[in-house]
Amino acid sequence: MSIIRSLTLLLIAITMTVFPAVHAQDNDPGQTLLGNLADARPAQIEDAINAIATSGDVRARSWLDAYGNNRLSQVKDTGRIVVVLNNRGLDWTISDALTGEDLGEISRRELDRIPVNNLIRGQLDGIKAMLDLDAEDRDIRLASAESMMGKVEAPIVAPLEERLELEEDPKVRERIEAALAIYRVGEGDIEAVDVLAGSLHSRARAALNNAADSDDPELATKAKAALETIEQKLKLNKAAETLYFGLSLGSVLVLAAIGLAITFGVMGVINMAHGELIMLGAYTTWGMQQMLPDQPGLALILSIPAGFMVAATAGIIIERSVIQFLKGRPLETLLATFGISLILQQLVRTVISPQNRTVVTPEWMSGSIVVNDALSLTLNRMYVLGFALVVFAALMLIMRRTRLGLEVRAVTQNRNMARSMGIRATRVDIMTFALGSGVAGLAGVALSQLTNVGPNLGQNYIIDSFMVVVFGGVGNLWGTLIAGLSLGTINQLLEPWAGAVLAKIIVLVFIILFIQKRPRGLFPQKGRAAEG
Amino acid sequence: MTIRKYVKLGLSALALSISLSAVAEEDPIKVGILHSLSGTMAISETVLKDTVEMLIEKQNAEGGVLGRKMEAVVVDPASDWPLFAEKARELLAQEEVDVIFGNWTSVSRKSVLPVVEELNGLLFYPVQYEGEESSENVFYTGAAPNQQAIPAVNYLMNEIGVERWVLAGTDYVYPRTTNKILETYLMDQGVAKEDIMINYTPFGHSDWQNIVSDIKDFGSAGKKTAVVSTINGDANVPFYRELGNQGISASDIPVVAFSVGEQELSGIDTGPLVGHLAAWNYFMSVDSDANYDFIDEWIEHTGDDEAVTNDPMEAHYIGFNMYVEAVKKAGTTDVDAVKDAIIGVSVPNLTGGYAAMMPNHHITKPVLIGEIQDNGQFSVVWETPSTVAGDAWSDFLPGSRDMIADWRKPLFCGTFNTKTGKCGASAGEMAAEDAE
Repeated sequence: MSIIRSLTLLLIAITMTVFPAVHAQDNDPGQTLLGNLADARPAQIEDAINAIATSGDVRARSWLDAYGNNRLSQVKDTGRIVVVLNNRGLDWTISDALTGEDLGEISRRELDRIPVNNLIRGQLDGIKAMLDLDAEDRDIRLASAESMMGKVEAPIVAPLEERLELEEDPKVRERIEAALAIYRVGEGDIEAVDVLAGSLHSRARAALNNAADSDDPELATKAKAALETIEQKLKLNKAAETLYFGLSLGSVLVLAAIGLAITFGVMGVINMAHGELIMLGAYTTWGMQQMLPDQPGLALILSIPAGFMVAATAGIIIERSVIQFLKGRPLETLLATFGISLILQQLVRTVISPQNRTVVTPEWMSGSIVVNDALSLTLNRMYVLGFALVVFAALMLIMRRTRLGLEVRAVTQNRNMARSMGIRATRVDIMTFALGSGVAGLAGVALSQLTNVGPNLGQNYIIDSFMVVVFGGVGNLWGTLIAGLSLGTINQLLEPWAGAVLAKIIVLVFIILFIQKRPRGLFPQKGRAAEG
Repeated sequence: MTIRKYVKLGLSALALSISLSAVAEEDPIKVGILHSLSGTMAISETVLKDTVEMLIEKQNAEGGVLGRKMEAVVVDPASDWPLFAEKARELLAQEEVDVIFGNWTSVSRKSVLPVVEELNGLLFYPVQYEGEESSENVFYTGAAPNQQAIPAVNYLMNEIGVERWVLAGTDYVYPRTTNKILETYLMDQGVAKEDIMINYTPFGHSDWQNIVSDIKDFGSAGKKTAVVSTINGDANVPFYRELGNQGISASDIPVVAFSVGEQELSGIDTGPLVGHLAAWNYFMSVDSDANYDFIDEWIEHTGDDEAVTNDPMEAHYIGFNMYVEAVKKAGTTDVDAVKDAIIGVSVPNLTGGYAAMMPNHHITKPVLIGEIQDNGQFSVVWETPSTVAGDAWSDFLPGSRDMIADWRKPLFCGTFNTKTGKCGASAGEMAAEDAE
C-alpha cells in the first residue's frame, strides 16, 4: 500500500519536474506560435493571434495579455522572446516568455518590441472576451459580454449563439443578445431592430443610425422609429446628466470659495494668496502619497487632516507676519497678499519642481456608477460633491454651535464691544484666519483628484472663489453654497450651446449685472452688521 | 617691505597670466538662451535651456567651433510675452550674442520677431507651430502643420478608417490656425461638414464633463470617430481623466494629440491614457543608437535617472548642430554668412535619419505616430516612409496657397506671391503690425 502510494508520489514528482523541462526545449509549440507573431507582417498578425488563441496552450492567455500591454519583446542578439516585467528606466526586468524563467535586467537597447496597436488590441479584446465568456464569475462574463457590443464579427457568431444557449444569467443574456443584434442589424436583419429598440447603449445607437441610412426602405423606417423612442429617453437622461455636471462643478466652486467666505466674508481680509493655500493642500496630498507609495487611498484620507494643518499653519504665519499690520487697509492687504501668492508659487517651483506632480487616484475613486447605458455618474466627482457638503456642514456647525463660532461672530459684528466683554480679539483673528486657510487646504486635497497639481493650481481658482463669495453675499456661508452650486449649474447649462469660453464670459457678465442690481449679493447681511 | 614686494610681484604675475590666457583664447562664440525659467511656461521651457547648455558643454569638450569655445548667455523672459522682446534686444544689443535659441509659444515668437529682424540676429525656434510665417532671421526646427497635423489625420483616415472628426483645442492662435487648415483639408477629402465638430476651451480648462459627454454623443452616430486634440499643456490631464471616467477607451474613440509629449506625461497618472495617440517628429522611445546616446548624456547632465527627453529637445539638438555646421562651412560667425551657409546643411537627427535645412528656413523631418504606454512613453505605430519638408505657407488656407518662402538669392523673400510675382512684408513687420 505504502509502496504504491510513494510510487505514485514519485511519478507525480517526475512529471512535475519533467513537464517544464519540455517547454524549455526547441520543440515547444509556443516557440513557433510566438515566433510567427514576432515575424508577422501587419496582414499576418491576425492569423498569428488566432493561432495562439486556439492553440489550447495554458500560457496563451498570458501571452496575449503581455502582447496587448506592449510587454512582449525579442532580444536582438539571440531572438529569444521575453516578457518585460518592468519597463521604467534604462534597464528593464525581463523573463522568458516560454518558461517564465527570470532573466534579470537587460538594457533597453538590446530589446526589439513586438509591435501592437489599437486595431490589434481591439481584436485581442474580442478574443479575450470570448475566452472570458466561459468564466465562472458572473461579473467577468457580464464585462466580457459588454465588451462584445459592436465587436461581433462573422466567425464568432456561431460560437456566441451556442454560448447564449448555455447562459442562465438574464443580464448577461441580454447583453449577448444585444451584441448579436448589433451584428445582425449591420447585416440588414429587420427583426434584430426590435431587440435594440429600447437600448440606450451608444453602439446600439450607432448600429441603428447606420441602418437608418441603409438602402432597404423597410429597414430604414423601422430603424428610424426605434431611434426616435431612444432619442426621447436620451433627452431625459441628458437633462439629469447636465444637472449632475452642474452640481459637481458647483461643488468644486463651493470648496474653493468656502475658505474665502470665512477670511474675506467674515473677517473682511482680501486674501489673494487664498489660491496658493489651496495649492499647498494639493501638494500635501502629493507628499503623503510619496510617503505611502503603495497605499494611495490611505494617503488621500490622511491628507485630509494633514492638508488642513499645513494650510492652517501657513495661514497663521501669513496673518501674524503681514495681515495683522494692515488691518483696515484693504488696498495694501490686497497688494501684500498678492505678493505672498507669487512668493509661494515660485517657492514651490524652486523647492519642488516647476513640473506638475502626479497624484494617483485610488481605485475606489475611479470609474463611474452606471445608472443606465446613457447615464453614468463619475465617482471621483461624486466623492468631491459629498466632501464639499460635509465640509460645509462642519463649518456651519463650528460657526453656529461652538464657542469659537460665537466669538468670531461677536468680534466681526462689533470688535470693541466684544473686547470689552473679555474676548481676546487678536486670538480670535488668528483662529478665524487659520480656519479659513485650513479649509482652503481641504479644497486642495479634493482638487488634487480632479485637476493638475502644479505651481499654477491656485491661480485658476482665485477669481472663481471671489466671484462665488461676492455673488452669494459677503459674510454668509449659505450664500456661498447656493451661489457656488447655481453658478456651476448655469455654466454647465450654457456650455453645450455657447462653448466653454463663451459660457464663462456670459456667467461673468451675469454676475456683474447682478451686482449692479444687488450690490450685497444673493443673501445680504441684515441689521447693524451690514452697515460696518 | 619684502613681503609687499612679493605680493606686488605675485599680483603682476597673476595679471599677466590672465591677460595672456585671454589672448590665447579668442573671444568665445556667445549663444543666447531665451527660454522662460519662471512663470507658467517654465514647466516646458526650463528643460530646453538645460538642453542647449548640455550641447554647448559637449561642443566645448570637443574643442569648440573654429578653435573658439562656446559660451551660454541665459536670460529669463518669465513667460511674459513683451518681456521676450526686451530680453532679445538685451541679448543682441548689449551681450552681442552670435545666435539665440529660444521661445516656445507663438505669441512670444511674434513678439521677438521685429527685434531679431531689426538687429539682424539669428533665432532657432524649436516648437511645432501653426506655420504661415518665414523670417530671414528665424530658423524653424519644430514641425509646420504639414509635418505633424496633416500626416496624423492621414493615418487616422487611412489606417484606422476614421470618418467623423472632433477638432478640440485651446483657444489661441496655434489651435485655431491648425484646425482651420485641418477643416479645409478634411473637406477637400470629402468629409461632410456635419461630420466635423470643432470645440475650443480656455487655457487650463479643468471641467471637461460636458465636452466629453458631447464627444461621446457625437461618436455614437455610427461612423468611426476620432478626436484631433490641440489642447495645450495642463488642460490635457483632466481631459484624459474625464475620458477614462466616462468609459471612453482608445479603441472606441482614439485621441491624437499634437501638444502632449513625454514631458507632459511625466506629471500624469498614465493609466487612463494607454492607447491614445500623439503625433511628433521624435519620441524618447525611438530605437536608434543616436537617441540612446542622447538620452544617456541627458540623464548624466541632469543627474536624474527619470529625466525624459522630448520633441522640442530634439529640435534644439538638430538646430544646434546645424548652426555649428553652418559656422564651420562659412568659416565665421558673421550672421549674413551663416544665413547663407546654413541652407542645405544636413545633420543627423535622433531617429536614425538626417535633417536638412530648406530654403524656406524650415527643416525636413520624419512624422511619427505613437501610442501612449503605461510607463509614460510612446510606442511608435506608424511613420512616414521618408522625411517631410516643412511648408511655411499652408496649401489649405486661402491666401496662403500661392505664397512661398525662399531665402536664396535672387528671390530672397519669405512672402513671395507666385500669382502676383511680388514679395510682401517681412514676418517681423507683419508681427509688429498685428501687435498694434
